[in-house]
Amino acid sequence: MPAVMAAAQRCSVVVDIGGLPIRLRCDDPAFIRQLNERYAGYVSSTNEANFDFKIELAPPNVESGDEDLSVTWDSGRWLMQRGDFRAEWDPSTFCGRVQQTTNPYSLDSVLRIVHTLLLARRGGFLVHASSAIRNGRAFLFSGVSGAGKTTIARLAPPDAALLTDEISYVTRQGDRYFATGTPFFGELARVGENLRAPIESVYLLAKGPENKIEPIVGADAVRGLLGNILFFARDPEFVKLVFDAAFDFVSRVQVRRLTFVPDARVWELIV
Amino acid sequence: MNAKRYLSRSAAIAARGLGNEMMVMSATNSTLFTLDEVATVIWEALDGATPLEEIVAKNICTQYEITPEVALKDAEVFVEQLAEHGLLLLSEQPNAQSTSAPRGNS
Repeated sequence: MPAVMAAAQRCSVVVDIGGLPIRLRCDDPAFIRQLNERYAGYVSSTNEANFDFKIELAPPNVESGDEDLSVTWDSGRWLMQRGDFRAEWDPSTFCGRVQQTTNPYSLDSVLRIVHTLLLARRGGFLVHASSAIRNGRAFLFSGVSGAGKTTIARLAPPDAALLTDEISYVTRQGDRYFATGTPFFGELARVGENLRAPIESVYLLAKGPENKIEPIVGADAVRGLLGNILFFARDPEFVKLVFDAAFDFVSRVQVRRLTFVPDARVWELIV
Repeated sequence: MNAKRYLSRSAAIAARGLGNEMMVMSATNSTLFTLDEVATVIWEALDGATPLEEIVAKNICTQYEITPEVALKDAEVFVEQLAEHGLLLLSEQPNAQSTSAPRGNS
């Protein structure tokens, strides 16, 4: 039934980030086309998905408001709400619903939240960090806004595959942690490469007069990492899962401080 | 005369010791607190059934060179701060339902 398949594809797109494919359905083919463009490189060709979200678009010109983000667990569902979207997701049915404006970046926020919830159960997390793969190993560069995440990404040499300049996707497999590319970008405005590699190091970024790397251990390492992990949900079970994941991560992956001058020579240290 | 105060750890936290420190995260707003060695001793002793005065006398004054008055005053400030952030539950009665809060591995 090729005609039926074609119609289904016009009304949905499967976005596969970190091996967790999510089908996004919407009655508006133009919005689906927008999503295909926005998530290029992460659109699954198989159309198979583990999770399903129905998107309902608000009429154009609806005020989005300035509401703070809220993520709560209520009666077996996650409720996510901000000025520009309202979403719910029932993990038991793997299905969810999003009401939003036509801005695809509203959906970006929903996807980030859903992935933090999915990853927490799997020992992973999202962290404010740019990341890249070099020589088969992934390096994360973590810090708050202005710390230099995008700068480091912009300075990356040609042999480094950029995974993101904003939000790094960390998964656990056995006793190892992996970084995976994401379509979530910052100032670089470039979708990361859809690749995956074991994490060699996390660098906590600081700008300074010279390039240097210093080890960070123990509580300082945990504090540095936890300070940059994305905690959307105000839910004790979720927070405990991610908190424990951060401790486990630090026990297995090197955390270092990277003080750097913003020029390409900093990458001579990242090998 | 001040009433005795009993403290228990909130269930809405994640806590884990590392070295001599205790890291405590609020589950309601993800704020992270780091407790130093002395604060960690008090934190670990909070069971909802032992008054703060007794915890200070048994766990602090016997281990550290500090007068009971100063130690208790410091401890009161500490627990009030954590209670304000919702990490501790403060009561004037022992909490019969008290359970140990999550404590991770060191």
